[in-house]
Amino acid sequence: MGRSWDFQHDNDPKHKAIFHNLQELRHSASLANKVFIQRDYSEGTTCRFQTKFPSELDSRIERTLFEDTVKTLNNYYAEAEKIGGQSYLEGCLACTTAYIIFLCMETRYEKVLKKIGRYIQEQNEKIYAPRGLLITDPIERGMRVIEISIYEDRASSGSSSGSSSTSGTSAR
Amino acid sequence: MNNCEYQQIDPQALSTPIPTPTLPQPTVVVEKEKREKARKKWEVFPGKNRFYCDGRIIVAGQSGVLPLTIGLILVTTGLFFVFDCPFLVKHLTVFIPAIGGVLFVFVVISLLQTSFTDPGILPRATPDEAADIERQIDSSGSSSYRPPPRTKEVMINQQVVKLKYCFTCKMFRPPRTSHCSLCDNCVERFDHHCPWVGNCVGKRNYRFFYTFIVSLSFLTAFIFGCVATHLALRAQGGRGLMFALQESPASAVELVICFFSVWSILGLSGFHTYLVASNLTTNEDIKGSWSGKSGAEDTVNPYSYNTIITNCCSVLCGPMPPSLIDRRGFVPVEASSQTSATEMELPMLPVKKETNVCAQGTKDLLGSASRSPCPTTGKPQPVAAADPAVTFNPALISDPAAMPSLTCGGRHHSHTTSPPDEPRHHHHHHNRHHRTRSRRGRGSKRPALHISNPAYNASLSPPSSPGPRPSHTGARDPRRDSIVALH
Repeated sequence: MGRSWDFQHDNDPKHKAIFHNLQELRHSASLANKVFIQRDYSEGTTCRFQTKFPSELDSRIERTLFEDTVKTLNNYYAEAEKIGGQSYLEGCLACTTAYIIFLCMETRYEKVLKKIGRYIQEQNEKIYAPRGLLITDPIERGMRVIEISIYEDRASSGSSSGSSSTSGTSAR
Repeated sequence: MNNCEYQQIDPQALSTPIPTPTLPQPTVVVEKEKREKARKKWEVFPGKNRFYCDGRIIVAGQSGVLPLTIGLILVTTGLFFVFDCPFLVKHLTVFIPAIGGVLFVFVVISLLQTSFTDPGILPRATPDEAADIERQIDSSGSSSYRPPPRTKEVMINQQVVKLKYCFTCKMFRPPRTSHCSLCDNCVERFDHHCPWVGNCVGKRNYRFFYTFIVSLSFLTAFIFGCVATHLALRAQGGRGLMFALQESPASAVELVICFFSVWSILGLSGFHTYLVASNLTTNEDIKGSWSGKSGAEDTVNPYSYNTIITNCCSVLCGPMPPSLIDRRGFVPVEASSQTSATEMELPMLPVKKETNVCAQGTKDLLGSASRSPCPTTGKPQPVAAADPAVTFNPALISDPAAMPSLTCGGRHHSHTTSPPDEPRHHHHHHNRHHRTRSRRGRGSKRPALHISNPAYNASLSPPSSPGPRPSHTGARDPRRDSIVALH
């Protein structure tokens, strides 16, 4: 029975479907908790998230992996909000066209947001889902928090949450 | 047991009969099938805004005097083109209507953009998030007196800044964010709520607002100059001003309107140029957050880049942030029997990209997976029993409202009803009249007709800031009301 999150080596085709489709994660697991990574305002109002490792994830994921994810996200947001040559060009061009150009063109911020979405998707598939975690894109929470949902495998109800992370090593 | 979960997917919600939801290539088909069932997020938006064109256009709940603003601009410019331009083209140059036309186009476009753009509304905290914050407040709770003040201090660029807790939106407001009581939203980098424009001015539409007032001041100055020239030319040859006015009465109207507008609009432009150069908002300037009046002496603006050019560029030419409220996305269906399959909704996109809705394949997958991870069984007790250390409130897990909090402020927008836009109009009509009357009655020095500064009418004296601000000697009161009414 699929007690572990080791989908890659599990030959049960149903569990393969679980692995490949993040939405199915919820059918075999139940939401146990949510951790919210708050914003870090120490450098102003630019979008940064705290890299402090939350204690709820202690038994679920390695600290370095988590910090890498958050730092990469922070870098993406810094790139999106960077004020420099290209953003000035975009801004001045938009101003001269009375900002109509915003209706036609995709801004740099939006392009970076798409990159972020893909990155989070990839992180979820590769790192977080095998550990029973799911990262929500901050844009869906108003860029206020990174919401990490912690799932408990239903089949392992009655035992502590630590057991479901045994396959963390092999799921890489 | 797992098999049961699979079959709980509603096959009707899928365009394909496969029980596992596939990538949202069929978003459009799904959209059609769910149209009767699912509603778009703008329909359940908890603030007081109104939406048009299926969520593409957003305005504040009260349109303020936006029709008056548009009317005055159109009338004045129309009269100018009809009555003054022919004479001036004949006697001077053809560039006059050309310049006037360009300015007019700029004014109208930036006005419409200011009014119809999301100013930077922050969506309300989800119930889970709100619970998490409450838990943190309680655990660090040092409230020896009630009610607890609910502030959080952060260091921003070595400056202590207090973040206040918003009771409506159930979150700690980010820095420079303020809750507009007229619109019932927290708005990022809140500047002010402008009744002339009929919307809040915040992070996303401040540049449009600035363009609007600058181009409007050029336009009024230009029309004023042209009309004066026109009358002067007509009055030449000893015929006198009265003769000229009799020949062209429309010019008199324009002259009056422009004369009274130009001072206030120029003053407003000057004030906002000062704000832009020092990277302040009107809100902060009024409260004196960084000028040391209402606090320690050492307060400097932590957001300023300390050079005027950089400040201007970052405010006006910085990257355009996206809209955080997903107006045209679908509300996740919260029924616990319906699972993730029904939550294949439109991706989070700004309004102008509604044509590219189907393009976000992978994002949809994650988006719908992550948007409302409600448990399908709604039975959290075994989990809680399994791990007693988990203090997560089970009641909130089973709360199906994964959309932004509907528990507060959602007057018309309870998700149990289908709220049309219309009731909101009637609701706010009397409010608007009340506000305009109260504004005019505050001893305004100017006639009520002029296109003047937003909400600056009363006779309060401004704080001692540099720069010409004759137009803001007043109307702090309405704004102060709205600002003080923030919680």
